[in-house]
Amino acid sequence: MTDLGMAIESSVETGGRGAFRMFLRNKPAVVGSVVFILIVLVTIFGPGIYGTEAHKMAAGPFLGPGDDAGPLLGTDYLGRDILAGVITGGRTTLFVAAVAGALSMGLGLVVGSLAGYFGGWVDALLMRFTEIFQAMPSLLFSLVLIYLIGPGTWKETLAIGVTMWALPARLTRAEFLRLREMEFVKASRAIGSGDLRIMTRTILPNAMPPLLVAATLLVVIAILFHAGLAFLGMVDINTVSWGSIMGKNRGYTLTAWWTVAFPGLAIVTTGLSIALIGDGLQDAFNPKLRGR
Amino acid sequence: MTALARSIGIKLGQAIGLLLAVVVVVFVLIQIAPGDAALYLAGEQGAGDAEFLAKVRAEYGLDRPLLVQLGAYIGNVAQLDLGNSTYFGEPVLGLILDRLLATLLLAGAALLFAVVIGVALGVFTARRPESPASHGVTVMSLVGFATPVFWLALMFIVVFAAKWGILPVGGIEDVRYEGNWLGETIDTLQHLILPAISLGIIYLAIYSRLARASMLEVLESDYIRTARAKGAHERVVVYKHALRNGIIPVVTAAGLQIGNLLSGALLVEFVFAWPGIGQLMIASIFRRDSPMVVGIVIFSAAMVILANLLTDLVYRLIDPRIRVGGTR
Repeated sequence: MTDLGMAIESSVETGGRGAFRMFLRNKPAVVGSVVFILIVLVTIFGPGIYGTEAHKMAAGPFLGPGDDAGPLLGTDYLGRDILAGVITGGRTTLFVAAVAGALSMGLGLVVGSLAGYFGGWVDALLMRFTEIFQAMPSLLFSLVLIYLIGPGTWKETLAIGVTMWALPARLTRAEFLRLREMEFVKASRAIGSGDLRIMTRTILPNAMPPLLVAATLLVVIAILFHAGLAFLGMVDINTVSWGSIMGKNRGYTLTAWWTVAFPGLAIVTTGLSIALIGDGLQDAFNPKLRGR
Repeated sequence: MTALARSIGIKLGQAIGLLLAVVVVVFVLIQIAPGDAALYLAGEQGAGDAEFLAKVRAEYGLDRPLLVQLGAYIGNVAQLDLGNSTYFGEPVLGLILDRLLATLLLAGAALLFAVVIGVALGVFTARRPESPASHGVTVMSLVGFATPVFWLALMFIVVFAAKWGILPVGGIEDVRYEGNWLGETIDTLQHLILPAISLGIIYLAIYSRLARASMLEVLESDYIRTARAKGAHERVVVYKHALRNGIIPVVTAAGLQIGNLLSGALLVEFVFAWPGIGQLMIASIFRRDSPMVVGIVIFSAAMVILANLLTDLVYRLIDPRIRVGGTR
């Protein structure tokens, strides 16, 4: 690697480390990170430790939270343990959200970087293509995809990921448009770097900050999406998820509020923890915007 | 032709092209999805031999080349024919239009609530950046962003209906006001309150933060300092000079999020048994009423595209700097 290239890339590194220190000083962001890690640990190890299976009858039906005869958070209309559901319910949702987020991020990166870097007719064509996907309301689009290909964890992931990539694509394009005219990109081109190298090694690291923030947003949106689909009963009915627990108990909301309240709180807590991380990243990368 | 008319004409042309592209994408998706429509239709009619399948294919035009089918489909859509619902046996478009008013009422009320209160909160807190209310807006916007709209709707039902019993929680009207114009209107508005607030409050959270950030920036700009220096009253500075620019990001966000608003409306309609397009969509999916499902998606895309056109017009009203070919 040339000296100039090295200098360019190492300066990116220092920027990253400084931002990391800023992030650690941001109390809400640290709390969000800790809570999120805890939630992930609970989803992975919790069901094994707690023991009760979420889809099996554990006690009598409609036992309220704190009822001596039943589990801590009560039971639903079939006597299923709500706490077990809350602990287990994150597995599918978090998995689907993470993979769907990565999928849409990947799609958006490819489309956005090509459009922003090459400009001209490539840009025009790709952006018209992106607009098609922006015109269809995403939840309706996901519903149609699941309607066409059927439910199942991977299919749900695909149906969510495919509907969300317009946002990262537009963001990536804007960053590439801005950065491709910068001095260091011209320098990289002057020393003979090819297009692919300039895109992935020179521009992309500098475009990462807003994209990382967008990635956290996408994961939250994907969580809400999957919960919504599960709530409507459009996902695999054999998996227990926060959304599906609420969907199945919807008809009993008035008599047994806890069957709906706690799974929903789990979603809000998870989403909020990720949103706080995103907010912290935003502040760390762009201190000027702090507190806005 | 004036420049304005021409630029609106161009935008209109682009919008029609975009809708055409949506129709093509939906058509392609249906083709690449697994499953054979003829087999399904034959199964519904209780027969499956080759001769009968061929008859079904001929009857529905499924034996024609794909491009011919696509052309016919686009031709039908252009004539506002989205096919017939297999469940109702009536034209899809008419069934959608029957439900349109309810969805527009819900989405419109939610949007109005979110924009008006969101902007008011944003302006209020931008003038007091370090106040508790200002930090409250930040926290609220993050919580609002992470809250599933259907869960919020269910919790509202628990509190306002089960506990306090003060508001209706399902449907759009009671039968008891049949024929009484005033009673019906008040009744519908009462039914609207909870669904509209459930749907709107999440956008309220987002818009208030957006409006605050934008107002903070605008209030620091040179022209505001000039306005203050020339002795304009603070109220005039904030509400006449600053708000006009400060509101632009909110208009942008509201315009871009019409699709999300419709997605949220679908869930809220489901929870509150609100007789809108979203509820029809969910019911049609469970009935496997394909023409209906596809028709609703195309119709929703048309609504989003139309909303984007309107947003563009609103820009021109707010900001005279945005002229022909302006991209903001």
